Order: sequence, then structure tokens, then C-alpha cells
Amino acid sequence: MDAELTRAIGDLLAAHDPATTPVADFLGARFDAGLAWVHFPEGLGGRSAPRATQQEVNDAFAAAGAPTLDSGRHGIGLGMAAPTLLAHGSEEVRRRFLRPLWTGEEVWCQLFSEPGAGSDLAALGTRAVQEEETGDWIVDGQKVWTSLAHEADWAILVTRTDPDVPKHRGMTYFVCDMHAPGVEVRPLRQATGEAEFNEVFLSGVRIPDAHRLGAVGDGWRVAQTTLMNERVAIGGHAEPREGGMIGVLARTWRERPDLHTPALQDAVLRLWVDAEAARLTSERLRQQLAAGQPGPEGSAAKLAFARLNQQISGLELELLGAEGLEYEDYSFRRPANPSMIGGSPGYRYLRAKGNSIEGGTSEILRGIIAERVLGLPQEIRVDKDVAWKDLPR
Amino acid sequence: MSGLDLNYSEVEEELRANVRALLADRAPANVTLARTEAEQTTDLALWRSLADELGVTGLPVPEELGGAGASWRETAVVLEELGRAVAPVPFFGSCVLATAALLAVGERKVLSQLASGEAVGALTVPFATAPGPGFPSGVHADDGLLSGTVRHVADALVADVLLVPALAGDGTPELYLVTGAQVEPMVSLDMTRQLAVVTLDRVEGVLLASGAEAAAAVGLALETGAALLASEQLGVAEWALTTTVAYAKERHQFGRPIGGFQAVKHRLADLWVLVSQMRAVARAGADAAASGADLPLTAALAQAFASGAAVTATEEAVQLHGGIGFTWEHPAHLYLKRAKSASLALGTADRHRARISELINL
Repeated sequence: MDAELTRAIGDLLAAHDPATTPVADFLGARFDAGLAWVHFPEGLGGRSAPRATQQEVNDAFAAAGAPTLDSGRHGIGLGMAAPTLLAHGSEEVRRRFLRPLWTGEEVWCQLFSEPGAGSDLAALGTRAVQEEETGDWIVDGQKVWTSLAHEADWAILVTRTDPDVPKHRGMTYFVCDMHAPGVEVRPLRQATGEAEFNEVFLSGVRIPDAHRLGAVGDGWRVAQTTLMNERVAIGGHAEPREGGMIGVLARTWRERPDLHTPALQDAVLRLWVDAEAARLTSERLRQQLAAGQPGPEGSAAKLAFARLNQQISGLELELLGAEGLEYEDYSFRRPANPSMIGGSPGYRYLRAKGNSIEGGTSEILRGIIAERVLGLPQEIRVDKDVAWKDLPR
Repeated sequence: MSGLDLNYSEVEEELRANVRALLADRAPANVTLARTEAEQTTDLALWRSLADELGVTGLPVPEELGGAGASWRETAVVLEELGRAVAPVPFFGSCVLATAALLAVGERKVLSQLASGEAVGALTVPFATAPGPGFPSGVHADDGLLSGTVRHVADALVADVLLVPALAGDGTPELYLVTGAQVEPMVSLDMTRQLAVVTLDRVEGVLLASGAEAAAAVGLALETGAALLASEQLGVAEWALTTTVAYAKERHQFGRPIGGFQAVKHRLADLWVLVSQMRAVARAGADAAASGADLPLTAALAQAFASGAAVTATEEAVQLHGGIGFTWEHPAHLYLKRAKSASLALGTADRHRARISELINL
């Protein structure tokens, strides 16, 4: 880290004691000092510094006890909306949205998946039609699997604006006000019994043209920025040894000698080895990413962790035997801070089933690795030259 | 392990390029395949080139002892490339196992000969010996005269000097230098690393270390070997992945490249993930060998993971090549044999999992 950065951090900490400054004020000051995302431009939370220095800046603030946002509540904003706003937003949009996103004053969600467009996101059908007199867009459709929709102020939204061209070409990307008339959020109850996600119904929702990201019809390209960052956010963060699901299993093993059998021990050890290999791989990726943009390699980390979480949580139930027959609570509830490794063993087992589906199914990720990393031939696409409106559905 | 450096330095990448270029030139698959049926299964000319032209035989040895003054990290990069070519040279036995043992006991003369490549050394233990408690017991020392038979010794066929662990009459572990043993080739599963039976019948040895020092030296050599073998296994697996991906793009059936079928694509994607994980684990092993930090656990992890992964990679290569992959003419079988043998070498994965269990109370 160069002297200028070190000095800027020191000045900020001197002027805003992290122990006493309210979180939003501290983060606002960090944004204004260009120390939020250091590789962002000046005035937008950054100082056009190399991306590689971000980790050191984060570490320096962490060492000083500086506050950060809860990644559960703000992960979509920080991890997905922010890089997309920066890459594709107008100057006005970036100035309006990045600061309150960074300070946590505004919460974001992602309106992408639809009941008829899961893995095939580009088939989505939520319509946006531009009103001639105002230039505003009127949006109608249904989105699904939306984390945080019930708490969010803003959403990143992909819509169909031209049904007469092949699916990838007729989409447009917007920022959507979640408090706008016509936005209805309903909880989506999942296999665990709780509702971590939502369905979002959009009926005549009005979005100003100024809140469009990228050109009309260019929504797919904009969405790629979001999705690449999503996979990095899900699979690419550093963990200490035994930091994730494997730590829970290892603890249970050590605390419960009464459950030990030789076969279970070998199964635990095999998963420990696989988890440690996956952790080192993510750590290696993180060391590389610090210096560059996210690539398709993030898909590998997500693929590995989905499989491991499922295997580990499944083994935990077997290890517990009779106790594994119990479940904590199936009653409907809204989890305040959903955690993959929190809750009961049964919850972990059930929740992990989502890991290989959410954020790109494992099958889709294998396709991405095969095509983009290994350069294998693309899938034969029967829908390639067909207008979206003529696709079989 | 948070302090581990899991990437490659520029110097390491340069070293890799040099070794790869030499091997592409001198050890193409057809040459290596033919060598397996030659009188001499070790490629001594290639060995001379590695030593004299590239100077890679003494990387972890200090410069004043004729080495390069580098570390096990660079040695690991050489191993990756030797694995990628299944090159039939005694590098692992001489430049890893024997060198590690000699470094541990502070021997200088033979060490410098191994470093320059003018002599080949071999640690005379069964290649399946796992690191950890226990000392090889195949050889007995009686007043400096060694007797015993050690089977499955790696790289002993062309060795000029043997490092022989032996037990004294009272059971004290000792480590000897021996030059006059009887060494017989064995028909080995791995055709590019032919093993040998070493027979000693009251052969004179030079005592290098005794007691705890001898035990520690042999233990460290095996642990370093286990940590670094993962890099060789990585090279083997990388060959399997790269070659199979290339073949899947080129081989057409049903009017399409077979790599366009999801049944093939997804297996190759999984294999790529596995090889990426091997790379991280192998780098962790090399870094731990170089620093000494957390070596027992990292070495056990390296073998517990890389052994099975390299076998999977080469088995996938054979299967996804279809018929050609099962022929003698195609080199896939050389890699399969290397991977399977390496998975048994220096302890099978289950032995290493047992070691992990002891080390972290799991």
C-alpha cells in the first residue's frame, strides 16, 4: 500500500473515531475520502487505485475496529448492484445510488429469476414498455427467489423490452424503486419452513428512463456483470481453516465421542480433506483476484462449496443418528439473518440443498466452466434465432 | 495456513518454461514410451541435460554446497513438469528424498554431488513407506556392516549412492551411506519409474546419523517427499486434463466433437475443478516444505487429496479417450500407471487421513 493511501486512512480514522461515530456517518466519510471501493473513480467512493490494494485497505480499517455492513443484508447491494451501477450506470445514477448503498442507508435486492426463467434467465418475460409522452417505462410481470425484497429500497431489474427479437437481444436493465406503486412482495416459503426469499409481483410499475442501466436491448450484457460478481460473492471469500460447514461437523465429532465409529471417522476425514482443498483453492483464487477482475473461475469455487455443504450436512445427520430424526421448527417465519451453518443440523441439511441451485445451478456452472474455461463446444441452441415471443413454453 | 503463498513467482514460471521446453524437445511421448521397453529404463541423457543445461538438480541446496540456493518451492515446479511428461529420470529419489535426508543430517560431500547431478542418490526405503512415527526396519547394522533386503526402492537402479536407514543390534535407528549394494530391477506397475530390490549382505556403510537424529532425518525426508509428490501428481493430472480436453474438441462422433456432449463436458468441468484444487494443495505442500511451518499436516493433506485426484484425472483420460486411450500406443496408460503407483507411494490416502486424525484430533 502506498504512503498516500496509508495517510488517507490515518486521516480518516483520526477525524472519525470508529468507536464513537455512527456507522452510516463513518461509512459516508470513508466513501467521501475515496476509501470505499478504492478502484472506483474519485467522487464515487474510490480514487482509481489498483483493485489489488482493496484488501489491504479493508484490512487496515478492520484492524482499527472500523464498522462494516452486514453482508447478509447488504451483500446484494455491495457485491452485485454496486459493480453493475459503476460499469453501466449514467453519471447521475452512480452519484444518486452508490453512496447510500455503501453506507447501508439503502438496501438492495435483485429482480432477475422468474417462474418461467430460472437457469434460462434470458427467457424472462417481465415486460417493460416505454410510454411515449413521458419516456417512463411501465413494467408488468413476476419475479421470484428475491432475497431481501421485503426490506429493500431499490432493486436491479431485468425486463423484456422487445419480444420480437431473439431472447438475448430484447432485454433492458433498470434500477427499480421497491416502494413504487404496483410493487407487491409476498414471502416465498421454502423447504426449511421459513421464508428467506420472496415473490415480487410488478403491476404497472413506473420507472423513469433515467434509471435505465445500459442501452435499450443491452440488458443481457449488463446482467453478465451482475452475475459474474454474484458467483465471486458466493464462492470467493476467504475462510479460516474449519471456518465453514466443516467446522460445525468437526466440532460435533470432537465433542461427541459417543457417536464415533471407524466408518464415520473416515467419512469425516475425507470431507475435512476435501473442504481444506476447496478452502485453499478459494484462498488461491482470492490472492489472484485481488489483482484483477472476476473470471469464470469463481464458478468452480461455488460448485465445490455446494457439493461439500451438502455432503457435510448430510453426514452430520448420519453421525447424530437418532437425534438427526428431529427438526427444530417448521413454523412459518422470516429469518432475521439467514445463515447456511446456523440453526439445527436438520436445517443445515435442508438449506444446503439450495446451494447447488441458487446463483446458478451446478449443471449450469459446469457448462460455463466447460465452455468459457476449457473452450469446449457450446450447447446446440435451438432458440438462438427465434423471436422471444415464438419460443415454446 | 493463512500465511501460505499459493501462487507462482515470476522466477518459478520462468523455471517452468525452461524445464517444459527441454522436456518437449527430449522427452516426447513416443520417446518415453519406447524407453519403457529399452534395456535402460532411465533416460540418463535427459538427466544430464536437467543437471548440466538447466541446473535444476540442486535447487534447495545452498550455493556453497554446489546447489542453486533456492527452495523446495522451485523443486516442486520442476516436479510438476516432470510429472506432466512422466519423464523417466531419478529426480524424485535423488533430488527430493535423498537430498532432503542429507540436508537434514548436515552431510556436505555427497549432497553437493547430488546437487550438481554428477551422482544419483536414493533413499533405500520401500516406496510405499508413509511418513510418521516408525522407522524402516528392513536393514540391520552389525558393527557397520549392513544386511537386509528392501523391495520397491525408487530410483535406486541408477543410483551411485544409497542412503540406507538401518536398525542397530539394540534397535537404535541409524542412517548409512552405501555404495556397494546389489540392486535388481522389478517389473513395476509404473513403467516410467522402475523400482528395484536392494539387497545388502554384510555391506560396509558410512554412518551419517544415529538415534533421534537418524529418525528425524528419515522422517523429514519422507514428509518433504509426501508434500512434494503432490506437485508431481498435479503435473500428471494436468497432462490428463489438457490432453483429454484437446481430444474432446477434435474427436468427432455423431457428426459433432464429443466435447460438445454434456455427458463429456460436465465430466471435464468437474475434472478442471479437481485439478484447480490439486494446484492449491500442491502449492500449499511446496510452501510448507520450504518454510517447515505446519509441514506434517500439510504433507498429509497433500497426499490425502492429490493421490486420489491424480488417479481420477488419469482414469477419466483413459475413459474419455475411448478405444485409443486403452491402446499401448497412446501414452494415457503411462500416466494412469504413474498416478496409481504414486497414490500408493509414501503412504496411501487412508494412511494420510489417519495422520490428519492424529494431528488435529479428528
